[in-house]
Amino acid sequence: MKNHVFRPLLVVIGLVAIVLIARLFIVPKDFGVWERGYMYGWHRKGNEDEWKAVKVKFQGREYCKDCHSQQYSQISGTPHFRIQCENCHGPAIDHPSDPPKLNIDRRRDLCIRCHSYLPYPTTVRGKIKGINPDEHNPGIECVMCHNPHKASKPI
Amino acid sequence: MVHGEVWTIKELFVYPNEFIYWSIQIVMYPFMTGLVAGAFVLSSLYHVFGVKQLKDMARFALVFSFALLFVAPMPIVLHLQFPFRGFNIFMTPHFTSAIAAFGIVFSAYGAIVASELWFIYRKHFVEIALPLKEKQDKTLFEWFKYLVFCALTLGVYDISEESLKRDEKAIKILAGVGIPVAMFLHGYAGFIFGSVKANALWMTPLMPVIFIMSAIVSGIALCMLTYIVTMEIRKILVSRKKKPSHMPQTTEEIKGVEMHVIKMTARYLLFFLIAAISLELLDLIFRGYTAVKSWDVLRSVIYGRDFVDIFILQYGLGNLVPFILFLMPGLTIRRAVVGTILVLFGVFMMRWNVVIGGQAFSLTFAGYMHYHLPIIPHDWETFKEGLGGALSIFIMPFVLFWIFNKIFPVFSFEKSH
Amino acid sequence: MKRRDFFKLSLKGVITAGLAKGLFELVKPEHILASTSNIRRVFLIDAQECCGCGLCIKACKLENEIPYESSVSRTWIERYVLTKDGKVHADATNAGKDGFTSTKIDLGMGKYKDIKKEDIKKAFFVPKLCNQCENPSCVQVCPVGATYQAADGVVLVDRKWCIGCGYCIMACPYGVRFFHPKYRTAEKCNFCYHRISKGLKTACVQACVFGSRKLGNLKDPNDPVTKTIMTERVWVLKEEYGTKPQVYYTNLSMEVR
Repeated sequence: MKNHVFRPLLVVIGLVAIVLIARLFIVPKDFGVWERGYMYGWHRKGNEDEWKAVKVKFQGREYCKDCHSQQYSQISGTPHFRIQCENCHGPAIDHPSDPPKLNIDRRRDLCIRCHSYLPYPTTVRGKIKGINPDEHNPGIECVMCHNPHKASKPI
Repeated sequence: MVHGEVWTIKELFVYPNEFIYWSIQIVMYPFMTGLVAGAFVLSSLYHVFGVKQLKDMARFALVFSFALLFVAPMPIVLHLQFPFRGFNIFMTPHFTSAIAAFGIVFSAYGAIVASELWFIYRKHFVEIALPLKEKQDKTLFEWFKYLVFCALTLGVYDISEESLKRDEKAIKILAGVGIPVAMFLHGYAGFIFGSVKANALWMTPLMPVIFIMSAIVSGIALCMLTYIVTMEIRKILVSRKKKPSHMPQTTEEIKGVEMHVIKMTARYLLFFLIAAISLELLDLIFRGYTAVKSWDVLRSVIYGRDFVDIFILQYGLGNLVPFILFLMPGLTIRRAVVGTILVLFGVFMMRWNVVIGGQAFSLTFAGYMHYHLPIIPHDWETFKEGLGGALSIFIMPFVLFWIFNKIFPVFSFEKSH
Repeated sequence: MKRRDFFKLSLKGVITAGLAKGLFELVKPEHILASTSNIRRVFLIDAQECCGCGLCIKACKLENEIPYESSVSRTWIERYVLTKDGKVHADATNAGKDGFTSTKIDLGMGKYKDIKKEDIKKAFFVPKLCNQCENPSCVQVCPVGATYQAADGVVLVDRKWCIGCGYCIMACPYGVRFFHPKYRTAEKCNFCYHRISKGLKTACVQACVFGSRKLGNLKDPNDPVTKTIMTERVWVLKEEYGTKPQVYYTNLSMEVR
């Protein structure tokens, strides 16, 4: 009984101990100070692998080449060869196993991303052949007249 | 919908990912923390510096501070996207973040206030627990009461003259330690904002000091206001001749005591108000004089878009008017009430102008964001980060105070001293 | 009295053990001494080559599962149009995900300003993404260690540990962070960490039509991106914040914010 003054202190120490013991159970084992030190590297190591495990959706044109060699050779050599197949045809993830999955974007909106003329001479945009989408056959899909695989004059 | 999109309207050139992410609850957070710190400092003025005139106010302020203490973290919890993960701050604290210190500083402060309360009310706990212990065939309620108060004594039943003296000493030490901790608690709330280098309005080393000063102002004002309100209720009770045993005074006596306490407290309020305004003006003048890259957009916000909020509502209505009200001779209770409410409003507007004002302009310095407080909620998010959430936070300390008053009787206790 | 002593002793034991273990968990020296990586991911953007088509934004949003219709994005394109009266007009409508197809500048709040060809002094597009800073202020302020820098310099967010306080969003001078509309945790560009760790290009680099965007490894002296950064004139954004950003730009202009 002699030192009742320290009773609240004991309660506080008890609470701190509870938090520290709870840490042992709740904090993941791989949580700690990693390569970049406490300031920038205080984290759960397993999360890096979680990010690495995210599914890759876009595969790149070389992935399309083997099956669609005709289209590949058709577009190669034209100005549109610099555009990835998947930019218009959609990400190729799961495509060979589930062919109809591809979502081809034939909309006018897709073409005018580049071909709506903007008078910006100091960028590459000013050098792309362009039209004014409000005046050039509004409402009609571009692919009605133009073949994007043979970027040139109307068919 | 992206968080923040509901209440943000963008103007001119703003980055696509920018929204007012910190909304009303982050305004409430420093406001409530400030009240906690302010109320505690007020109570310590009596315990540490022996300002005798504040004796009545001191115990009251401490219990109120304790009630506010539980509310202070609520705005942050309501603001979190994952409130239940908030405990991670204790699990894996990252101390390079100002918010991580919250867990430690806040708990330390809570422990100090709780201990101080325990020493003050220990005798009271024992006096309730002991008779209940001896009483035969207790009712269910009495059993409950007995268990609660037994736990509150922490197993100490010694209330001899000597042990009570030791309590006094402990209270004094705790109150002394508590002042820097309370200052730190709120100073670091200012640090949370002041250390954000990406925000041109927030980043100033003066921010923690400004926050401390305005915290004390608001804490004192709230204590005065609540004190007046409780005194008025007592007056009504006395005049209705209900006269509970622990209220022996007449209406006139109460009035005399009340006026005396209010006058004393008002003096401290004015002192801290002057300090707070000076610092804020210093900050403003400095920004205008140095006029670094961000000044163009800051000026357009401070003197243009937020002019009414800053100069009319905060400095004018919230600082200047109450300043005059308190300085005019012949202070009355009614005038004090108006003054304290205006001071509280002024401090709230200061928090608003810092938190919302700091997000009123874009990181591009070439665009603006307008905040529209959700008033009628249409989902949980617009409730908790809207008017409803803010009001709930504001009402909560009063409810808690009412509950705590049952355990720590603020008024009946006066008789025994 | 004996029972009390026993209780006290056992309490002391538990506290000491807990404290020791707790402190040990907090600071593990071997982790600080861990080997440094031989990779430092950087980005190089040639603003001259950006045509403002926004295909990179489209690819990013699909690759990283950011709801396409939401206004936020891990990467975005800004348009700057400088007129002969000395004014700078800039916008980044919908992060540029549908490209820039009109000469009208978005002023916000439903207003637009059309700028005629003869008034334009210069105009250009600037792609933006996370700078993966060497001293990331967003990581410094995370209270729980939910965002961090990996050994290769990429800053990641732990969606299972993020509490959603928004402090990192506030601390980023570049405005790259936001709350994910679906997961509600802090979200940011991580250079398509799942792709680059498999040796692939990021989605935006792959989708870029004119090669404006390039990914590199600053620790590899033979990397063409590293060669450009080392031998040519490059610039970074907002270096005054001291975060040491690692997205380098060529052909940038002083008007860029």
